[in-house]
Amino acid sequence: MRRTLLSCALLLAAGHAMASTAWVSNEKDNSLSLIDLNTLQVTDTLKVGQRPRGLLLSHDNKLLYICASDSDRVQVMDVATRKIIKELPSGKDPEQFALHPNNRWLYVSNEDDALVTVIDTETAKVLGQISVGVEPEGMAVSPDGKWAVNTSETTNMLHWIDTSTQTLADSTLVDQRPRFVEFSHDGAQLWASAEIGGTVTILDVASRKVLKTLTFAIKGVHPDKVQPVGIKLSADGKYGFVALGPANHVAVIDAKTFEVLDYLLVGRRVWQLAFTPDQKQLLATNGVSGDVSVIDVDSLKVIKSIKVGRYPWGVVVTP
Amino acid sequence: MNAYWQCLRGIVLREWLRFVLQRTRFLSALVRPLLWLVVFAAGFRAALGISVIEPYDTYIPYEVYIIPGLACMILLFNGMQGSLAMVYDREMGSMRVLLTSPLPRTFLLCSKLLATALISLLQVYGFLAIAWVYGVQPPAMGLLLALPALLLVALMLSALGLLLSNGIRQLENFAGVMNFVIFPLFFLSSALYPLWKMRDASQWLYWLCAVNPFTHAVELVRFALYERLAGLALAICLGLTVLFTLLAVLTFNPQHAALRKPG
Repeated sequence: MRRTLLSCALLLAAGHAMASTAWVSNEKDNSLSLIDLNTLQVTDTLKVGQRPRGLLLSHDNKLLYICASDSDRVQVMDVATRKIIKELPSGKDPEQFALHPNNRWLYVSNEDDALVTVIDTETAKVLGQISVGVEPEGMAVSPDGKWAVNTSETTNMLHWIDTSTQTLADSTLVDQRPRFVEFSHDGAQLWASAEIGGTVTILDVASRKVLKTLTFAIKGVHPDKVQPVGIKLSADGKYGFVALGPANHVAVIDAKTFEVLDYLLVGRRVWQLAFTPDQKQLLATNGVSGDVSVIDVDSLKVIKSIKVGRYPWGVVVTP
Repeated sequence: MNAYWQCLRGIVLREWLRFVLQRTRFLSALVRPLLWLVVFAAGFRAALGISVIEPYDTYIPYEVYIIPGLACMILLFNGMQGSLAMVYDREMGSMRVLLTSPLPRTFLLCSKLLATALISLLQVYGFLAIAWVYGVQPPAMGLLLALPALLLVALMLSALGLLLSNGIRQLENFAGVMNFVIFPLFFLSSALYPLWKMRDASQWLYWLCAVNPFTHAVELVRFALYERLAGLALAICLGLTVLFTLLAVLTFNPQHAALRKPG
């Protein structure tokens, strides 16, 4: 009996502690909106640099990195105090970035300079700059830390950067205007979205060969509007989710058979996605309609859309 | 008391029998809203671009939006069909016999209204079940909460039908009811488009829709389906149900038919 009571109390405490917070960057408001994921309400709005877009968390969830694109820098916020504690020299117009598993090397794509800049987040020093294709955009580092992959929007390529030497090792041609790349949790696959091509290319990381190219067709939506951007893969290897931009839908893909299972209606111009730590919910930022849609992963249903600032772009969730 | 119960039971049973025996009537009551759902809503699906509006928590496809309106459409047609049946019954049917009963006429008429409403509810839930299979799935609790809302709306529309039937001398006039009551009530309401969309088109249209009782009926059901209470709509529907019933009972005149010699 005592044990039951104790476990009940623990469960309650756990339930309380699970009040995760979503951090959403508002591109036009130069701010972050904070959403309490228990109440699904905006609890705070924080001023940050000009045109905040890409967001990411340090692997210990203590620091939040913000691409302040028009301020030409990456800002670092202390998650606990919600204060900017330092700024990193990112090169011009940073939009997307990725953090190496060593929690130190930050790979930033500089859209205007056709470069990827590697920054040591502890010393704030630039470790190197790697020339890639025209208009570099998406950035991801493999879970084992071996590869950093960048997409170039105009060259239509994925650029494979060997992180041990910080040099370009290989490039793979994909469909038009690749915007976002995401590794599977086991590191075996790389998913890359092509905005104008309207496709998602799935590659085998070991051979860097294309396994499958996904196409999307939504009933009643013109094919031109299907512009895949953000991708998230569930940790259990079951689902892939793709934000389809102005098609206003998130595609659900069976990550094993690569079949499109469903399209979920969200707000206008859905851009980036983020899971909650327990992976029970997926958040989607809707730029034009200025809100964040919450998707229940078990039932694959959109349960709520929450108004945030103007043009929400990136989103991350802290436990 | 027993006599009242017997009478109510009899009237409800008679409506039930009529409903069971006239299967085509049930089918046509289902086919009409289903056609709207499958054909009309599919065509408008992307064109309308609904934003997030109360009581919905997120973006919804058009099919989801029009479900409450179509449920109320069933009630509207049934209410009006009930009035048609009343004209017929008064002239040559059971209502003539019924009115010879010693029970108060108010009770008889209210029983009749309730019987029509209960049968209508069966049809609405039949429709909601098919819509569920089609993919429009409101929360289960909402389906239960919608029951009292639907019952009230059914009573209101049946009372309106009865009131109208008092003004109709002949069966042939029912076409007029179609044109001047059912269509304006349905189209000038929030059943097919949200009111802000109407406002986009014209302020006049918006006001016509806003004062239309059917709009409030639809909104009451819509909110109940999503576990919310539309207070104003509830007050309006309650008030109008009482008003329509009172007027219908007061203006009811069996002499219309009874005086005429059977011919």
